[in-house]
Amino acid sequence: MNVVVCIKQVPGTTEVEIDPKTNTLIREGVKSILNPFDVYALEEGVRIKEQHGGKVTAISMGPPQAEEALREAIAAGADEAILLSDGAFAGSDTLATSFVLAKACTKIADYDLIICGRQTIDGDTGQVGPELAENLGIPFVAYVSKIEEIKDGRMRVRRMIEEGYEVIEMSLPGVITVVKEINVPRLPSLRGMAKARSAQIPIWTAQGLGVPMEKVGLLGSPTRVIGIFRPQRTRRGELLQGSLEQQVEELVDKLRQAKTV
Amino acid sequence: MQYFLNEQQQMVRSLARRIAEEKIIPVRAELDEKEEFPWPIMKELAAADIFRVFIPEQYGGLGGDWLDLCLAIEELSRGCGGVAISYAASALGASPLLEYGSEEQKQKFLPDIASGKKLAAFALTESAAGSDVSAISTSAVREEGCYVLNGSKLFITNGGEAELYTVIAMTDKAKGPRGASAFVVEKGTPGFSFGKKEKKMGIRSSVTRELIFRNCKVPEQNLLGREGMGFILAVRTVERGRLGVAAQAVGLAQGALEAAVAYARKRIQFGHPISSFQAVQHMLADMAMELEAARSLVYATAKTIDSGAKSFSEEVAMAKVFATDMAMKVTTDAVQILGGIGYMRDYPVEKMMRDAKVTQIYEGTNQVLRSAIALDLLKRKAMRE
Repeated sequence: MNVVVCIKQVPGTTEVEIDPKTNTLIREGVKSILNPFDVYALEEGVRIKEQHGGKVTAISMGPPQAEEALREAIAAGADEAILLSDGAFAGSDTLATSFVLAKACTKIADYDLIICGRQTIDGDTGQVGPELAENLGIPFVAYVSKIEEIKDGRMRVRRMIEEGYEVIEMSLPGVITVVKEINVPRLPSLRGMAKARSAQIPIWTAQGLGVPMEKVGLLGSPTRVIGIFRPQRTRRGELLQGSLEQQVEELVDKLRQAKTV
Repeated sequence: MQYFLNEQQQMVRSLARRIAEEKIIPVRAELDEKEEFPWPIMKELAAADIFRVFIPEQYGGLGGDWLDLCLAIEELSRGCGGVAISYAASALGASPLLEYGSEEQKQKFLPDIASGKKLAAFALTESAAGSDVSAISTSAVREEGCYVLNGSKLFITNGGEAELYTVIAMTDKAKGPRGASAFVVEKGTPGFSFGKKEKKMGIRSSVTRELIFRNCKVPEQNLLGREGMGFILAVRTVERGRLGVAAQAVGLAQGALEAAVAYARKRIQFGHPISSFQAVQHMLADMAMELEAARSLVYATAKTIDSGAKSFSEEVAMAKVFATDMAMKVTTDAVQILGGIGYMRDYPVEKMMRDAKVTQIYEGTNQVLRSAIALDLLKRKAMRE
């Protein structure tokens, strides 16, 4: 069972500045972390490897410093890591990103399963996983909370839905995105950290991947971010205090004033 | 302070700190309350390779120096003194094997200690033999292919939980200290059993039990070094243990200082945080100064051993006494700064104070060690004259 895990380095805070010209994230000066949902994806990949053999390859598309996230992935148990990095990739939206990731997976070739986190904490779209599956033309299941069985080229998973969960069987190779309920990620080990420090991480560029320039970067990204703003808070909560009787009385008063009763 | 830690030491420190933050601190009060041995945390430490730190690479370890081990103990102690000593006691139990074990013994026992699959323990103390090693009465009589052990060992950290015990017993009572020998005894050996679990003031998540030997036959291959080497082996092991206790004290004090600083900044009295009062500031300053002085002494001593020093008993004694007296004072002052709430079990500082007390007692009381330091000092003075 060879598993590819797609990871992303994200700003370690939710208070990120936006470049007013390009409406993209300003990453400089912000401490970067491995996208928290991707940590669960990695752990699940490592657990599958431990149970079924094979290897785990972590890939990330990003600027050169995204190499740190890949080293972290090796410390967490990935066997190898590949950085997809090229100036031409800058400004890619989810469509362009999933296109590049798909090209990389095709180049890796011998994969049985691709795992992504459910979404990143910076972009928050949750689109890259499904788009990647679409690009590769293979099955996809989102929000997986448990892998029940992997057998004979098929996999049965639980996927979280609002009212509970669904059990879905899919054929492999396929793509899943995982939620944090799926496992408790382990801490890195000293040997893993030492391995991560000395690991060679190859860089695959647009040319190496055979990616046409018009399919990546701003050119390949139909998404236009027109503006980013904090929504105005229109709903306001109010907590009533006092004894139960007082609260009920106050509530009824307020509802009457609002002419709702 | 810049301590010039190498890359591995920095990794050990940051990972041990992360384990303390994520796995130990959230459960330490409960472990203390229930006096529960922290097996889940021991498993975390094993998975994170922390038990490999003190074992050479050829036996599955990472070949770390004594400073590496001190850093791990310090960071774990910052979280919980009881958890840290359970870890450190395994290193102590492995120490005689590392120094006196044959190649065969090392190959047999060390890999499981390195992986954390087995915990080790060191058994020297008896009811009548503490600092006075020569008063040991547990006997080991040679028979065909084995030694027969009889007697009991008291206050053994990791007793009952560990799989491997380094036990000091008398092979020749008439020779006094020169008649002592050391054996590796595996849990489950017929005739080897455990007494009651002690109820302690502090380090309550660690386990302390009596070991009982009744006609316990230990294979002769488990003799460490030669017959009669038990006394020197015990002295050398305890010396190393002392440095571990000093590191434990530094970690305990670090935890207490951090708690005191955090509380002093947020506790408002007379309209101001108590950290704005000079009386509190001076207490915090003294705590920080003495803590850093102790840490410097502990690290310098570890580096002295790591650089290959043959004799370091005086340095280790100084580090142990200084660091543990400091920890007692700093943890007590932390309780004082937290005031009434500091005395309650809702806050961690009263536990740190209880944990700190034992560091002044075990691995040689601070009184017996002061005597040893003074004797060394006077001997040197006499030699110069």
